[in-house]
Amino acid sequence: MTSLVEVRDLWYAYPALPGVGAQWVLRGVSLQLRAGEVVGLLGASGAGKSTLALALNGSVPQSTGGQVRGEVLIEGLDSKRRPVAELAMRVGIVFQDPEVQFLQTTVEAEVAFGPENLGLPVSEIEQRVTWALGAVGLGEFRSRAPAHLSGGEKQRVAIAAILAMRPRILVLDEPTASLDPRGKLEVLEVIRALRPDHTILLITQESEAVAELADRVLVLDHGQIVMEGDPNRVFGEVERLARLGLRPPEIRELAHCLNRELGVPAFDFSDVEQAVEALGQAAVA
Amino acid sequence: MILAPRLEAIDLWFAYEAERPALRGADLVVEPGEFLALVGQNGSGKSTLAKHLNGLLRPVGGRVRLNGEDISGVATGQLARQVGYVFQNPDHQLFSPSVEQELGLGPRYFGLPAAEVEERVQRGLERFGLRSIAQRGPGTLSFGLRRIVSIAAVATLQPPVFILDEPTTGLDWGSASHLMDHFAELHAQGHSVILITHDMRLVARYASRVVVLSEGRVVGRGSPQEVFRHRELLQAARLQPPRIVELVERLVISGMEIEGLTVEAACRSFLTRYRLKHG
Repeated sequence: MTSLVEVRDLWYAYPALPGVGAQWVLRGVSLQLRAGEVVGLLGASGAGKSTLALALNGSVPQSTGGQVRGEVLIEGLDSKRRPVAELAMRVGIVFQDPEVQFLQTTVEAEVAFGPENLGLPVSEIEQRVTWALGAVGLGEFRSRAPAHLSGGEKQRVAIAAILAMRPRILVLDEPTASLDPRGKLEVLEVIRALRPDHTILLITQESEAVAELADRVLVLDHGQIVMEGDPNRVFGEVERLARLGLRPPEIRELAHCLNRELGVPAFDFSDVEQAVEALGQAAVA
Repeated sequence: MILAPRLEAIDLWFAYEAERPALRGADLVVEPGEFLALVGQNGSGKSTLAKHLNGLLRPVGGRVRLNGEDISGVATGQLARQVGYVFQNPDHQLFSPSVEQELGLGPRYFGLPAAEVEERVQRGLERFGLRSIAQRGPGTLSFGLRRIVSIAAVATLQPPVFILDEPTTGLDWGSASHLMDHFAELHAQGHSVILITHDMRLVARYASRVVVLSEGRVVGRGSPQEVFRHRELLQAARLQPPRIVELVERLVISGMEIEGLTVEAACRSFLTRYRLKHG
């Protein structure tokens, strides 16, 4: 598989504030995102997750300044040298709070905004808007005002606006963090649907969602990737995750608690189905 | 021990926009020293209802009583001594040039003696791990830290009742559980805590009672156990119980004797049985 995103030994520090020296927020991050992968990026507050996200479309360091070392290649393009506008057509970033991105009075205008700025023909814009709204299940919402939508609907509009730029790579930075349970489910459904045609970096604190969606998990701590691998393996390390300030999936925590109390690794289940079976067998044994 | 007041909201009506009432006859009782979770979808009226309990909002219909007395004539500043409100957005309550001053703002406003203010500020800095950033401006901090400062600033007022409006949003689990453990401690000292949250794992772990809101009305109430079992209620309010509750239910259906709403409780409950089988 080819790498769509290649980050090599990336170091980054925001411009120093008066009285405070420059501090490295990213400290030697290397990663690859391969075509079609969904990668979960976990990390406590301040670990550098959002900074890393912004480095993928060149906003870091192009808009933020500061010091940078190492390389970020997006489909082979050097993110320090290419304009952010060009990179944004390849890497779409969706943030936690969709409202700060909204500029237009209708859903349709919001989604058309990006393609219009590319100077695309009207028919092409129209086609992209229809497709993007369909992809997030908001085809009926074209003439609604973004301000009057629910949290989950707003976030889906934000995703549609990014999709209309037709990026192959999607970076979702805590897309469900400020949503209620219904909104979270809606957005996770959309991510699931986008999966076949996109490479997705899902940044979140919600390990349950990552456990269900991701092919691979990265854990960032103080600007360094400290864990990496198959979700099953990473989420098995319950104590280490807790030390890193992360909440492991509950079913995993239960297996860990049982094993700890029993003093033997008796259980290794990762979802409700497996747990029902394993515990049922143990209880009648 | 702190003796918290009894709070009562009776048939509350309120509207931000005339044609769409946010509260449509909401009733709520908070018993002294209770740890209550208020849950429901965005827009169900949770924050609106809670803001009536300390006069931040005044109802267009219905009453709020504190220890049996109607609060409609009591100034909001006065009520704040009894009921502290931690806002969902920390930036709605941070004004001072430094974290240290922010923590002293409320106690000073209440006219406490300087030595007492100082002691509370120092204790707050210690307790919430803010010592190293005491001189920083709140505006220069990360969202997570601003949130902790806003909580510490309310905690220095030591109100008998705390209302926490989605206090853990934007915090990682390490900070969130640290914070909630702090309020569990205050609860153990007699403070009432009203927790507004979407996080059912927090509800299972900390709350003794749950009130479910939908479209401006209370549609269900009970222990976390009772609410998590109430399928129609969960569906109506679009709530999803924690995975561990789902697992325990499945095991019970399969004939096992197991209980617990949290990992720790389910783990203990299972081991009791497991060891019996093997013992």
